[in-house]
Amino acid sequence: MNLNATLFAQIVVFFLLAWFTMKFVWPPIVRALDERAKRIADGLEAAERGKADLDRAMRHATESMREGKEKAADVLAQAEKRGLQIIEEAKAQAKVEADKVLAGSRAEIDQEAARAREELRGRVAELAIAGAEKILRREIDLKAHTEMLSLIAREL
Amino acid sequence: MATGSEAHATTASEYIVHHLAQMNTSGHPQAKIVDFSILNLDTIFFSIVIGVLALLFMRRIAKNVTSGVPGRTQAALEIILEMVNNQAKGIVHSAESRKFVAPLALTVFIWIFLMNSMDFLPVDLLPRLWAAAAGDPHAYLRVVATADLNGTLGMSIGVLLVCIYYNVKIKGLGGWVHELFTAPFGSHPLLYPVNFLMQIIEFLAKTISHGMRLFGNMYAGELLFMLIALMGAAWGGPSMVTGGLLWIGHIIAGLGWAIFHILIVTLQAFIFMMLTLVYVGQAHESH
Repeated sequence: MNLNATLFAQIVVFFLLAWFTMKFVWPPIVRALDERAKRIADGLEAAERGKADLDRAMRHATESMREGKEKAADVLAQAEKRGLQIIEEAKAQAKVEADKVLAGSRAEIDQEAARAREELRGRVAELAIAGAEKILRREIDLKAHTEMLSLIAREL
Repeated sequence: MATGSEAHATTASEYIVHHLAQMNTSGHPQAKIVDFSILNLDTIFFSIVIGVLALLFMRRIAKNVTSGVPGRTQAALEIILEMVNNQAKGIVHSAESRKFVAPLALTVFIWIFLMNSMDFLPVDLLPRLWAAAAGDPHAYLRVVATADLNGTLGMSIGVLLVCIYYNVKIKGLGGWVHELFTAPFGSHPLLYPVNFLMQIIEFLAKTISHGMRLFGNMYAGELLFMLIALMGAAWGGPSMVTGGLLWIGHIIAGLGWAIFHILIVTLQAFIFMMLTLVYVGQAHESH
């Protein structure tokens, strides 16, 4: 343990190394550390904000869902009402239609019956004349009796 | 490490004396206690090489530093840097001073830790290689720069200069001189010399104990490694039994001491750094 000029050399080296660290090593690392600390703080804050946003969105979604459900129920009720209404209308219309058809058919039947009666009337007259002709062969004045017979036939 | 079994059979005391001699500019071990005409080349070489390598390594990390996800090396340096920075913040309250003092503390910690760690190399490895390279079996070389009083006192005097600088900067030259004469006992003309004497003793004690503590620990550690190496050197001696037992003793003691020395190496680097901060912090406070 002797002292010599190494002492002074060591003092110089000591300061040079410290200077180098102060100048070139310490600042970039401390800057990076500070920056990272800031980024972490920012990240935490963003997460907090995200959470709040999520809460708000959730509330909003629940609200929308409730509204949607209400609306759907409304629509459903309305549709049901409308359906009933349509059925009622259709029923009424069908009844009208049926009545119309019925009336038409009845008219047609009447017409048909009238025509048959008319035909029958014609034939009855012929038949009566033919019969009378045969019975009364001689003493019948065709003209005068035809008139009488057609009178009878009209009363038929 | 068959140390003692050289051809001409070195004695244990010769071995240790040889190991404790510096490679200096005079070429032979220094005779006088203080001789400022001599430089210890080995101390200067190892402290500069270790310091420069450490700083270049840290510089490379600092250059590629990222504020995103750090790599392992960066994370390791960040842990040390944060530790030093937190200590500095707790002890030196001036942010302006910390711009120099905190990097200084980091440098001191890393540098001393690495210089101390040279103790983990086998005690004979580098001296033997150097002797072979120099072609002189008696070439001297000491690899632990902190086991040289010049190395540690050089650093502690550096800390003293920093303290004086901050004393003058914070308190002003007049304020500091005033403090030198009026603290710790009070402002009375009769007390001036006593105060001044106390202050000088305080500065001397701080600085010398600062350097001596590190030196003593590392010197003692190195000496113990040499003694352990001497145990191993008993192998092949006159008695097979004692030689063998001592050789086993070397392994056990060497292992135990090396593991314990990891603690000492780190602890002493930490203590030196902490005291640097404490002394600089004291320079900021007025009595």
